[in-house]
Amino acid sequence: MYTEKVIDHFTNPRNVGELEDANAVGQVGNPVCGDIMKMYLKIENDVIVDAKFKTFGCCAAIATSSVATILVKGMTIEQALQLKNKQVVDELGGLPPQKLHCSVLAEEAIRKALADYYIRGGMDEEEANKLCGVEESACDHCEAHEH
Amino acid sequence: MNEIKYFDHAATTPLSREVLDAMMPWLTDNFGNASSVYSIGRTARAAVDEARAQVAKAINAKEKEIYFTAGGSEGDNTLIKGVAMAKRAKGNHIITSKIEHPAVLETCKQLEKEGFEVTYLEVNGEGKISIDDLKAAIKPETVLITIMFANNEIGSIQPIAEIGAIAREHKILFHTDAVQAVGNVPVDVKAMNIDLLSMSAHKFYGPKGVGAMYIRTGVVVDKLIAGGHQEKGKRAGTENVAGIVGMGKAIELACENMAENSARITELRDYYLAQVEEKVPYIRINSGKEGFLPGTANVSFKYIEGESLLFMLDMKGICASSGSACTSGSLDPSHVLLAIGVPVEVAHGSLRISIGKSNTKEDIDFLVDTLVNVVEKLRAMSPLYEDFLNGKYII
Ligand SMILES: Cc1ncc(COP(=O)(O)O)c(C=O)c1O
Repeated sequence: MYTEKVIDHFTNPRNVGELEDANAVGQVGNPVCGDIMKMYLKIENDVIVDAKFKTFGCCAAIATSSVATILVKGMTIEQALQLKNKQVVDELGGLPPQKLHCSVLAEEAIRKALADYYIRGGMDEEEANKLCGVEESACDHCEAHEH
Repeated sequence: MNEIKYFDHAATTPLSREVLDAMMPWLTDNFGNASSVYSIGRTARAAVDEARAQVAKAINAKEKEIYFTAGGSEGDNTLIKGVAMAKRAKGNHIITSKIEHPAVLETCKQLEKEGFEVTYLEVNGEGKISIDDLKAAIKPETVLITIMFANNEIGSIQPIAEIGAIAREHKILFHTDAVQAVGNVPVDVKAMNIDLLSMSAHKFYGPKGVGAMYIRTGVVVDKLIAGGHQEKGKRAGTENVAGIVGMGKAIELACENMAENSARITELRDYYLAQVEEKVPYIRINSGKEGFLPGTANVSFKYIEGESLLFMLDMKGICASSGSACTSGSLDPSHVLLAIGVPVEVAHGSLRISIGKSNTKEDIDFLVDTLVNVVEKLRAMSPLYEDFLNGKYII
């Protein structure tokens, strides 16, 4: 069900752990759904110079987090905001359909971290969220739990 | 490739050598159709009948009360739908439990669409139904009680004899899905007042895709698979002679060695639970000991997710299973764990191991040592664990 790439990133996740001097942190998901992703970014002159993650979740959640940190490292904020979950999926050589939400979670965690960066810089929270496309909970997975 | 350490005997068991040997002639030279009149047909018929006697003996039934199927799911479907259809004029109410196998639950859901009403009994924290709840659920329209003998995820054994007595007293048919029980714990259809029972050979070192139904003499069940006259017209289809012979041999062996295997396996399970409790912090034991299957242990490891746990164990050659949403193929974790009151977030981190006759104490030590490492590794990357350590998340 998983590609070799997924297994590789799951067994040897890159950039796992806390980033001590992060200046942008975003967490999405919740324990009831069974996945939480926390992204730590270090941004200098609008460029993401370092990225790390912590994830609670299945293989796909861990693998997508790992790949997402690799992808965003070296990107400008603007480029990172353009990052689509599809790129993460492609990088992994595909994900089973029921696991696609994990890649959405990775994209959202990055957006949330970038919004946090702007908020820390003094931007109004609502404005930062809007600028970075942070939505309340875009996780259809979580919404399905409500009823 | 690592050596495989197999702890998933509730999922399936390896075919034992003796069973394979018993099956071989029926896969090769003795290929006749058991319905044919010539000699190789007649020997096949005799072999099927011998297996029928072996199965009957194992559960204290009569030979003519045993019907072969293609497995447990078919038995559950045939018996539940077959009773529902046969009894339709009398009533449309069925009583079952919330922790049944999908082969029963989904069958009941289908019947609900056909106009049947189904009561799903709650279970307590140990995964047992309450006899008072059962009595209270009985109505004049109740035609069937279907309660599993032993649960596949946590191993809880239901008060089958008590349920049977109540069903008999109210003249309601009683079916039990005994797929996890047969071969592991004593089953006596007469003493327990069981009217209908399903079982599956691959759970007791027999072949996959073969099972049997017990239908007490006099009980009318509509057939699910129509066609030829095989199995006294109750289940059409050319008999899987080799599979049936294998099932007969496997059940005989399982019953012969039951007490001995059960004692050994129970000891290993208790050792596993004690070791895990001692060596891994923040766990929840979801299964019990007294009144549970000997080999099944279900433990949740908090702050991590079950599918990633399974894959990490797989890297070390360990086979086990989980009730996490990711492994159940739905959004929610195991309905059984939720029914016994395990919080959703804790159910996501569950691990079921089911010990079999070839497992050793060394295997358990290897499993526990691996678990210590793997759980630590996954917790180290879990933001939930971090929050827990910082006092920001409590469960
Ligand atoms: C309790 C229970 N019922 C039914 C089944 C289905 O049996 P089979 O796989 O033989 O169809 C299983 C096996 O997974 C089971 O554990």
